[in-house]
Order: sequence, then C-alpha cells, then structure tokens
Amino acid sequence: MSIYSDSFAAAFGLLATADSDLMEILYLSINVSLLSLALSCSIGLPIGAILAIRQFHGRDALVGIFNALMGLPPVVVGLLVYLHLSRSGPFGWLGLLYTPQAMVIAQMILITPIIIALSCQVLEDMHEGYKDFFDSLVVPKLAALVAYIVDARYSLMTVVLAGFGRAVSEVGAVIIVGGNIDHLTRVMTTAIALETSKGELELALALGFVLLSISLAVNFLAQWLKASAKRRAYV
Amino acid sequence: MLKYKIFAIFCTTFLTGNAVAENTILVQSTTSTKNSGLYDHILPLVKQETGVTVYVVAVGTGAAIKNAMNCDGDVLLVHSRKLEDQFVASGYSKKRYDVMYNDFIIVGPNDDPAGIAEMNDAVAALKKIAVTESRFTSRGDDSGTHGKERSLWKRTGVNQDASSGSWYLETGSGMGATLNTAVGTEAYTLSDRSSWEVHANKSDFKVMVEGDKRLFNPYGVMLIDPVRCPSVNSNGGKAFIDWLISKNGQQAIARFKVAGKQMFFPNAQ
Amino acid sequence: MSDIANLALNCLLPITVDSLSLALNDRVVIDRITCQIKGNGITAIMGPNGAGKSLFLRCLHGLVKPDSGQVRFAGKPPSQAIRQRQSMVFQAPTILRRTVLANLLFVARQRGVSNPQTSRDCLAQLRLDHLAEHPARLLSGGEKQRLALARALIIKPAILFLDEPTSNLDPTSVETIETNLQMVSRQGTKIILVTHDLGQAKRLAGDVLFLNHGSLSEHNPATSFFKNPDSKAAKTYLAGNLVL
Ligand SMILES: Nc1ncnc2c1ncn2[C@@H]1O[C@H](COP(=O)(O)OP(=O)(O)OP(=O)(O)O)[C@@H](O)[C@H]1O
Ligand SMILES: [Mg+2]
Repeated sequence: MSIYSDSFAAAFGLLATADSDLMEILYLSINVSLLSLALSCSIGLPIGAILAIRQFHGRDALVGIFNALMGLPPVVVGLLVYLHLSRSGPFGWLGLLYTPQAMVIAQMILITPIIIALSCQVLEDMHEGYKDFFDSLVVPKLAALVAYIVDARYSLMTVVLAGFGRAVSEVGAVIIVGGNIDHLTRVMTTAIALETSKGELELALALGFVLLSISLAVNFLAQWLKASAKRRAYV
Repeated sequence: MLKYKIFAIFCTTFLTGNAVAENTILVQSTTSTKNSGLYDHILPLVKQETGVTVYVVAVGTGAAIKNAMNCDGDVLLVHSRKLEDQFVASGYSKKRYDVMYNDFIIVGPNDDPAGIAEMNDAVAALKKIAVTESRFTSRGDDSGTHGKERSLWKRTGVNQDASSGSWYLETGSGMGATLNTAVGTEAYTLSDRSSWEVHANKSDFKVMVEGDKRLFNPYGVMLIDPVRCPSVNSNGGKAFIDWLISKNGQQAIARFKVAGKQMFFPNAQ
Repeated sequence: MSDIANLALNCLLPITVDSLSLALNDRVVIDRITCQIKGNGITAIMGPNGAGKSLFLRCLHGLVKPDSGQVRFAGKPPSQAIRQRQSMVFQAPTILRRTVLANLLFVARQRGVSNPQTSRDCLAQLRLDHLAEHPARLLSGGEKQRLALARALIIKPAILFLDEPTSNLDPTSVETIETNLQMVSRQGTKIILVTHDLGQAKRLAGDVLFLNHGSLSEHNPATSFFKNPDSKAAKTYLAGNLVL
C-alpha cells in the first residue's frame, strides 16, 4: 500500500516545511479545541464533583442523562447550534454563526457531558475511598473536593484528554456551525473532509496523520505522566 | 499558574484575532465553484479592487438557499435556475444576475458497462444505464446538480427511484464525495465539469457524455434582501456582485483555468 | 500541652451510652447497648468477629447514626465540634495518594496545627521519619498502620478511637504503637481500643467492654475481666473457643 508511504511522506513534508496554510489550520484546531476544553472543564468538573459527592433527588437520573449525552451525535449538536445561532434563530443577533466561537460552543456541548460523566465516576470512587476518613476528620466539603481532585489528578487528566480527543477529532458539528471557511473557520478535521471531497485522498490522509500525531504526542505525554504516578501508587 | 496564562492567551487571540473586518461579506455558495479553486483566483482581486473581504461557505445549492433564507450570509451564488427564481419570487432577493456557466457531464469507468461512451444525448445515455442496470451514483442532496439529474431522469421516463439501493445509489453528499463513491463502486455519475476537472481521485474514469444542450449549467448570484435580513451587508454584497458582472470580473472568471482548461464562461448581461 | 489535653478531656468525659440500637439491612447489629466510659486510661472493646465492635466505635465517633438510643460526651450530644477533638484509626486505614509527610500535613492542616517540625517529630516517634518523602500507598501494612496512628496523634485528640491498630503487625511495630498509646494516654488522651489481642488488652486496658451479637455482655475492670469474666460468652472467648 503505497498510499500510506506517500501520505506519510506528504504529512512529513507539510510539517517539515511548516506549510503556512497547515500551520494556520493546526493553530485554529488546537486553539478552538483547547478553549472549548477549558470552558467545558470549568463547567463540567464542578458539576461532576457535585454529582459525585451529593445525594439528592434525581441525582441518579442526572448521571444517567449525562452518560447518555456522551454519545451525542456531533451532527445533531451542529444542527442545534446552527439553528440557535442562525440569524433567524434566537441568538442570531450575536452574529456568531460561522465564527470560531460558534465552533467552541458546539464542541463545548459535545465534550461537557464527557467531562461531567467521567469526572463524576472518578470522583465518586475517590469519595467512596476517602469518605470515612474525611468524615472522621470533619473535612469541609469544599476542602474534601479539592483533595479528591488533587489526589485523582492523574485519572482526571485522562478524563480531560478524552474530552480533548473528542474535540480535536470531531468534524460533524464544526463543519456545520463553522462553515469550513478558509482562513477563518477551517480546522484539521474540516480540511480533511474538504480534501476528501476534492478527491485529494493522499493529502487528506496526510492531514489525518498530522492530526493523529498530535493526538499521539498528547497521549504519550499523559501515559508517561500516569505511568510515573502509578509507580508511586498515586493512581 | 501556567494554565491560566495559556487560557488568557487563548481568550485574547479569540477576541482580537477574530474581530471581523469592517467590510466583510459571507457568500453562501455551491461547492463546485469553491472546490474548483475559482474563489482562490478571484477573491484576492475582489479585495484589491473593491476592498471587500469575502468569506465563503460552500454547501449544496439547496442548503445554501436554506441558509440564505435564514439570513445567514450576504450573497447567494448557486446553480439551480428554478430554485433561484423561486428564491427571488418569494422576496428573499430583489434580483438574480447571470454570472457564468459551464456544463454538466456524465462520467464513468473506462470499461463502460452501459456502452455510453462518446454519446452526446444525455437522456438516451441515462436510459441505457437504466436498461443495463449499470450502477449510477446520485448526489441525492437537493443540490443544483441533483436537480439537473432528476430533470434528466424525468425525460427518460425511467423510474430510477424504484431502483434506489440496487443500481441507483443516492449518496446524499457533495459532488466530491459522490465522485469518490462512483470511483469506488465503478458507477456512472453526473457532475459539473469543474468539480470533475479538479477531482484528484479519478482512477480510470473518463467523461462519457458531453455536449448536450440540456447539460447547460448556469450560475446566478443574488444579494440577500437587506429589508428581510437586516444583518446583510448590502454595500459589501453589492460591491461584490457589481464586480463579478463587471468587465474586470468577467475577464477574471474567463482567465481561470484548471490544467490549462477554462472552467467557467462568463455570461453577465 | 498535656494541660490543654486534660482540659479538653474533662469536658468530653464521661461517655454515656444509653440503649444504643442499630439495624442494617433488617438485621440488628447493635442491640440496646448501655454503658458509661469514664476516667483516664485505655478502654478495650473485645468480642468475636462480627460482634459489632467496629460499628459501635463508629457510633461513638458519630460516623454512624444509631436508629435509637444516644451517645453523650459529658452530657453533650455528638457534634462536629466534638468530633474535631477526637481521632479515629480505622481497621483498614485510608491512605491519601501523597507522600507520608503530606498525609500527615493534610490532617494537621485541617486543625491548623501544621508545623513541619512537629510533623517530623511525630513521624520519628512512630519510626517513619526515614520514609517521610516516600509515596504513602507503597508502605507496608504495618507502616500504614503506624502512619494512620501518626495522623491520629498529630492533632492531639481528647479521645482516640482505635480499631484493631496492631492486627498483622510484627512485634516491634506492635511495641512502637503500644508505647505511643501508653504515652499519649499518660498525657491525658482517652483511648478506646478494639482489639483481639488478649496480651495487648492485658498490657494496656484499664477496663474492658465485651460485645457479643451486637449487645454488651459485660463491662468490667480489666483485671477482673481477665481473671473471672461475668458472662458465658466472654468465658468461652477467653478460653479460645468459638462463641456461638
Ligand atoms: N454497612 C453494613 N451493612 C450491612 N451490614 C453491616 C455493615 N457493616 C457491618 N455490618 C454487619 O454488622 C455486623 C457487625 O459488624 P462489625 O464490623 O461491627 O463487626 P466487628 O465486631 O468489628 O468484627 P471484626 O472483629 O471482624 O472486625 C457484622 O455482622 C457485619 O456483617
Ligand atoms: Mg471490626
């Protein structure tokens, strides 16, 4: 299969020459994904934490819903965001459709449930293990939460990475709300979709390799951190 | 701390890097013009001569028209005369302008199972495809090309929809994806000429049918009505349209070539 | 320091338990326990597996709410403020995913007594100083037990609850822990200790509570308990026979 070697060489060439179009797309991809990740985490982690340590009416149902929302089809999210941000939609006056901000919103909707559901699971396990000790010590709820998050940081890192992975690899939503506009809203995945549609399969695959290598780099780093944490039984 | 700094940098990039320039318009466009590279050729000239920065969203003609009806854009540039006339008639635009044209072609695999090579009667060719039950991929996405294809089938008298899923395959996707499907399944398909010319994944496919008058493919441009859609940048949109139909614009379109071949033929009045 | 501890002690003792009952999953696990624990020194709670010792200890510490009956510390009902002046070492201690020293500091910080020197001293007392920067979850079972005790002691509790703190430990570790318990007891901390180790109870305890099937079989001074237990259950238990 020479398509692999050709595409791989093309990917390497693009990266080695720091192809300016590629760099722009790459920059926007990472920028959009990291911003939506940061916002999703700042919303999702506290919600996940509350669900993990608070028992209230409907809590289990909520957890179930967030678990289900992890499987939200990106296209549906894209469509919903489109309908809301469209000039004829309720938030049309914001003029956000076809902007990177719209892509951030769509990605947030996609990954916030992932952050909530997975962090809830992680923190629930922490709570289970630490609860008696913390009750005995009379650790205030907030301090206990901080301790859970600090002690579960390596597991939570995996959660955050799962969110990042989803954000950076997602195409269905961002192509609808971003419009794949050159120099404005084109990201790695929409560029891949575009090149595929132009029949430039080799270039598309090369871009895929670039995207994959980012994912790999990020995940190897995380693996390495986690492995060193495991050696200290911190996981 | 580093985390916050990075976060702050993102936020500022987003606030500053994205401040949309004053004279900017968004064109809801069909994919064929976009994928051919025509915009890459003319938009720098538009910017130079009118000062307008043009962003393009490329979707099927049907989707482009729907987006325009939702006021998501300033200018509409598509290729489905019937839908365009409806768009104007329903008051979404004051006027449609001819810009350019090219033609549709039927492409297919080299071994040509339906035996339609070098025919110049598109309707007869489709009939032969149906009779031999040779595979045919359809856009199936309410695009301009899809509309043209359906009108041709209508003339054949064949009920191709009844065979949907057997030899008649509706991809529900753009031209490029549909060409990929055709190549992948050795099926015939109808394409506009520019999409075909720029499509890189041709395998052993060839143009089978061309030159039929009924394969005429005109493109029209419209300013979305600023009364109906107050968000429309009518000055910018008008400037863009005026340029397209001006002598300069028309010459620029004529100059655009792919592999030495002219892709679009200007026909503004 | 021992003056302050004494002062604290004075206002938490005696511990009065009045008709304490608890059922879990429709099974009575604590059955109308009434007793009074007073005076300094070490109180041992003994009884066969499943007798309810751990649950009783949790009730005293306020971690488990009884279905009926009550616990009083010098007449006052259990509260967070009172629990803050008690420590508990669990049968299977929770070790934080941090270093040994960080484990200790976390607890100290909760009471606003995090002084690095005190923490180091406390570790030295339990022969853990050489492990201060070691990941705590990699400690051996005995080292973990000692760390748990160090965490309990650093906040200078008025009452210290211990749930089998020396099970599975080597003789040196047992001795280290016992020495420490005797020392803090002398300094005025009331210790309530669940143990299966008869020798340990004999060495440390002033009085013994014997639980069986969730109820209190007897509560006597250690000397008379070991010489001549009142209840049949305690007799069999001490003789090393199965209590049924
Ligand atoms: N959370 C719980 N739910 C239901 N039953 C429980 C629970 N915790 C303890 N029990 C039951 O209560 C009884 C007393 O348990 P407890 O842990 O107090 O025993 P123990 O005297 O400490 O035994 P050991 O010497 O083995 O530590 C046991 O029969 C146990 O099965
Ligand atoms: Mg027990």
